[in-house]
Amino acid sequence: MSLALYIVFFGVGAAAVLLCMVRALLGPTAPDRLVAVDGMITITTALLVLLGLFLGRRIYIDVALVYAVLAFVGVIAVARYLERGL
Amino acid sequence: MTTTAIIGAFVVGFGVVFLLLGALGIFRLPDVYNRLQAGTKCTTLGAFCAIVGVGIAEPGWTFKALIVAVFILLTNPISAHALARASYKSGVRLYDGTVVDKCRELGKCKEVGNAAETSESTAGGEE
Repeated sequence: MSLALYIVFFGVGAAAVLLCMVRALLGPTAPDRLVAVDGMITITTALLVLLGLFLGRRIYIDVALVYAVLAFVGVIAVARYLERGL
Repeated sequence: MTTTAIIGAFVVGFGVVFLLLGALGIFRLPDVYNRLQAGTKCTTLGAFCAIVGVGIAEPGWTFKALIVAVFILLTNPISAHALARASYKSGVRLYDGTVVDKCRELGKCKEVGNAAETSESTAGGEE
């Protein structure tokens, strides 16, 4: 892929992360913020894999996998806490 | 550019557009549950397509990229379900234009927050 294509992809991804971050800052209740952070985590995972392709380093896929696993555990834990089950 | 790189670029672009749409839904929609729907569905498809597109563009990475993509595809609905359940149980109000709330109608959720009482009563009266 060419450089211009990478710039477009990362620009669109950064705009998506920014929208989620605005919602995470504004969100009236705690579940709102948690939903926004969950969306941000998924977008970040995809962008990490894309960054690995851009830099030509395979290790970024492992980083994305570990990030996805830890984020999943964290989101489940916070959701259980909001449900008063923890 | 080889053919696989072009196909991969198309798939990654498709996924990135869906990521942006999901984020726009999270930003614009009025309610936790609506936001959860937009955020989860669009973001899952977008991340899946972006990661699979990277796997197509770089043939040596296909297996690892598929592992990450399938992991996202499996775990994102679980976390969304846990989030929806948590926000409903912690009493977040539903959006005023909400049409149906089965958990409240069937009486299985007692102390759930006062979920759109006015609109629900008017809707029940009309029926």
